[in-house]
Amino acid sequence: MSCVVHLRNLRYAYPDGRAALRGVNLQIEHGERVAVLGPNGAGKTTLMLHLNGLLSGEGELEVGGADRETLHELRRRVGVVFQDPDDQLFMPTVREDVAFGPLNLGLARAEIGERVDEALGQVRMLHAAPRAPYQLSMGERRRVAIATVLAMRPQVLVLDEPSASLDPRARRELLGILDGIDRTMLLTTHDLPFAAELCERAVILDAGRIVADRPTLELLGDAELLARHDLELPAGFDLARIAPPARVAA
Amino acid sequence: MALCNHALELTGVAGDPESPVHRLDPRAKVLGLVAVTVIGVSTPVRLWPVYGGCALVLAAVAAAARVPARQLWRRARVVLPLVLLVGVFVPLVRTGGTAYELGPLTLHEAGLTVLGALAAKATIGTLSAVLLAATTSYPAIMRALESLRVPRLFVLIASFMHRYLFVIVEELGRMRGALAARAYRPRHVRDAAPLGRVATAMFLRTYGRGERVYLAMLARGYDGRMPELEPLRLRAADLGFVALVVAALLPFRLAI
Repeated sequence: MSCVVHLRNLRYAYPDGRAALRGVNLQIEHGERVAVLGPNGAGKTTLMLHLNGLLSGEGELEVGGADRETLHELRRRVGVVFQDPDDQLFMPTVREDVAFGPLNLGLARAEIGERVDEALGQVRMLHAAPRAPYQLSMGERRRVAIATVLAMRPQVLVLDEPSASLDPRARRELLGILDGIDRTMLLTTHDLPFAAELCERAVILDAGRIVADRPTLELLGDAELLARHDLELPAGFDLARIAPPARVAA
Repeated sequence: MALCNHALELTGVAGDPESPVHRLDPRAKVLGLVAVTVIGVSTPVRLWPVYGGCALVLAAVAAAARVPARQLWRRARVVLPLVLLVGVFVPLVRTGGTAYELGPLTLHEAGLTVLGALAAKATIGTLSAVLLAATTSYPAIMRALESLRVPRLFVLIASFMHRYLFVIVEELGRMRGALAARAYRPRHVRDAAPLGRVATAMFLRTYGRGERVYLAMLARGYDGRMPELEPLRLRAADLGFVALVVAALLPFRLAI
């Protein structure tokens, strides 16, 4: 199996000098789903912004052969879904928003139409194509935000806190949709059960470093490790009742 | 909050969305209705019948679009008083012609004429804009402006303003809720300080959101140009509409 995401000693400090990433090493293979867990302020969002070249720190970063020298390629390969869908959906209608990325890729109109329909179909939001983003519920907006990225057919899908502010039903629907998407996936979250159901591998990012990297169920079973990094499973949560994500990496 | 929502309800398309006017190219509607405004506003008061002509054209467009007069009035009502406020003092100041005593005030004929002309022009301009907004979606107007060579930056700012107006109104509603939940009931001007802080918080939040939206745009390959999904196409009907409006008013305006 080959590596699609390759990070080596990635470092980043904010303009005020505060270090956000202090040497992150991470290799992700094709088809893998990896959860990046960590408390608030651990550097999860900063890491995510690096994958897409939106922030540029020191160290090695390569995704599917593209690096920061080939920014356009990097953005084509990595699709980032932001935490607040209102940040991501800025066009007047859902259809135009999903077409925004493919249009920037300079694709032919026929193919753009095809991709928009396919992406909206994947998140079961085809019916909402002519609607305006503000007319949608939070769960629907999140799904459309995912479609805007899927339409670019990225190699790697990066999601920032995908289950944040969703009600149980919307969360369950999202889980089903993400599970049906066959792609390398990296998601940052502190919804540990969500990570357990979707990702076979999890890493803990704390104070700008990866401090643990194991199969998700094994990592979540280590209560002491979780506590050390300000993470915990919901009270009474039984890991044994989660079927391990039995995915065969492509 | 109720006020904000009410104001937002007054925007957007009204009338029959399938009417011939609604289906015109947005550029034709922008050009046609701007022509009515320019002709109306540039007409001196001695040529007052032109005002009537403009009103007739607007009425015909409204009828073809099946926008009810009540709807037009409700929308125009928001803007008109502000415009008319400028002119109400003119009859007191501008002297000339017959003077009318009205209690302690003296109104002058010349001033009244100016006020009349101003009212007519304001009504024509406002109704043109209201009709454009009632028959054309906001995004379509933006695309028309862009294609009519309005600087792209203005169009982008106006588009984003409309998109995020709803988000900001929601946020403002939540903040007002938070104030009310802690028994904030301003009764005196001194109680206004928290509102200033709300305004500051809104500004900072909006600024932060602007940054995040820009990142999200870059993440999907934005390179400074807004891509266009379906190019606009001018048909004979669109050109016909502009020609008809101009032909109905311009000779009238130039002949008298």
